[in-house]
Amino acid sequence: MIEHWNDLDSPLHPASAPDFLPVPQLRQIQLHRLQAVVQRAYEHVPLLRQRMDSNRFTPRQLKSLDDIRSLPFTVKNDLRDTYPYGLFASPLSDIVRLHASSGTTGKPIVVAYTREDIDVWTQVMVRSLAACGVRSGDIIQNAYGYGLFTGGLGAHYGAEQLGATVIPISGGNTDRQLMVLQDFNVTVICCTPSYFLHLLDRAKELGVDIRKTALRKGVFGAEPWTEAMRHRIQDESGIKAYDIYGLSEIIGPGVAMECPHQCGPHIFEDHFYPEVIDPKTGDVLPDGVEGELVLTTLSKQAMPMIRYRTRDITAITSEPCACGRTLCRIKRIGRRSDDMLIIRGVNVFPSQIEAALLSVEGVQPHYQIVLTRERDLDHVEVQVEITGEMFSDRVSALETLTQKISHAISTTTGLHAKISLVEPHTIQRSEGKAKRVIDKRNMG
Amino acid sequence: MKIHQLSLFLENKPGHLSAICQTLAKANINIATLSLADTQQFGILRLIIRDWQKAKEVLEKMGFVVNVTEVVATEVEDRPGGMAEILEIIQKNGINIEYMYAFTFHKGDRAILVFRFDHPDNAVKALQNHRKNVLGPVELYNRE
Repeated sequence: MIEHWNDLDSPLHPASAPDFLPVPQLRQIQLHRLQAVVQRAYEHVPLLRQRMDSNRFTPRQLKSLDDIRSLPFTVKNDLRDTYPYGLFASPLSDIVRLHASSGTTGKPIVVAYTREDIDVWTQVMVRSLAACGVRSGDIIQNAYGYGLFTGGLGAHYGAEQLGATVIPISGGNTDRQLMVLQDFNVTVICCTPSYFLHLLDRAKELGVDIRKTALRKGVFGAEPWTEAMRHRIQDESGIKAYDIYGLSEIIGPGVAMECPHQCGPHIFEDHFYPEVIDPKTGDVLPDGVEGELVLTTLSKQAMPMIRYRTRDITAITSEPCACGRTLCRIKRIGRRSDDMLIIRGVNVFPSQIEAALLSVEGVQPHYQIVLTRERDLDHVEVQVEITGEMFSDRVSALETLTQKISHAISTTTGLHAKISLVEPHTIQRSEGKAKRVIDKRNMG
Repeated sequence: MKIHQLSLFLENKPGHLSAICQTLAKANINIATLSLADTQQFGILRLIIRDWQKAKEVLEKMGFVVNVTEVVATEVEDRPGGMAEILEIIQKNGINIEYMYAFTFHKGDRAILVFRFDHPDNAVKALQNHRKNVLGPVELYNRE
């Protein structure tokens, strides 16, 4: 569906119609789709069928939305354990796209899409852009990474379907980004919030005033960011900064998006059913109470996700929003309930770093990850203790070792980390869980 | 006819070198000479010590990682051309030098060159064939 709207200030885009469904109708749609997806998962995904069987649950028992609570949860390790294709409900011949995201070990987690899934994804991305006022007349600079990461292609397909003019610039090369931003009369930018701040810093150095460009909106996500950061972005650049939420396991970006009132992303509930649970007990919490966000995909075919624990900590609010949307909102995501790090928008688990270190001969995983933010960009230093086995009398041997470690980490995580060899027993050994990460980034 | 050299890993932080020297001093161990190889990230401290076994023990107790390497010490006259002669012999015999350093004891008019070779035994033979004096530990430390 392509409706061309060149009125940049039109308050409502036709694609946003489902955002305003009356609640009773929304619930009907959700229940109907939930029953279908649970049936599909039961029939086609062995792991989920097994789990439902051991809980003595059959899809026919799903008579109301609340019955979802009888269904077992899915966790990230389930994707790891079924790597690569174990959770697919469609045959590979129907799958037209694969993406990958960080797993807890050396292997990534794999997500799959049928043609219809891509259409759903595209639609929620159209609705995301439309929700914050982006229209077909906009010129969009997509600086999310293109590739296995879902950010780049997700934003791209949505922007193109909207009818806007898309620049698939991907990430990196800041000077070129600024040149394109100015020369191509870009009106909307999509990237991580920290990268945008980095662009602003560089613009200042080059004497470029972003305020004087055509840029008016930013669609920022892939990492947590604070209200303070939003104000800083808006004050320094003159643009409006919107928070987009998503995760590869559910679909990619486009699970939730802020409206012009900027008071927390609206979840596209007709496609993603949200719950917030107590991470320790698994009990569903009421509106307004903080807990772990759990999402169920209502429309995906290739990889239906039933009650997926996202590890993101937030609260749901169904209080009516001034925009008139009946979709609930989530509070801005600040922290996680696991040890996953987000570095320059990339998900990294300390256990991946550990796996990388162990893959280098002779290296013992006595390490610490130190995160800093310099000029608004995340920097990673991995400190590794020298052991007798690692130590060589020759400088070149130690330099080669450092390179091997750096290569192992970049292969596993995609990160370029600075490797520092440190003296033995300088990294604290703790009694309980080792403090692997020292995060010195001031997120505000 | 090789000398045992200790090597230690050093982070590029102030005070680490002096901590090592103090540890050895407390244990009444004399350092004949030392050499410090450095990069931006770290340094490798190499020590020639008569009581190297005791020194290794003491340093390891302090938590240092200590390597032992066999190096070749040869004597050279402390005059221009002395070192060049040695190096010519080594080069002619196709022997690769990993690193080297030099020092003198205050007795006598000869200097000591310390080499780490890939193939130390070949180097020793080559030097001895050219009538150069390769010092074993007894002879070396007698000069201390």
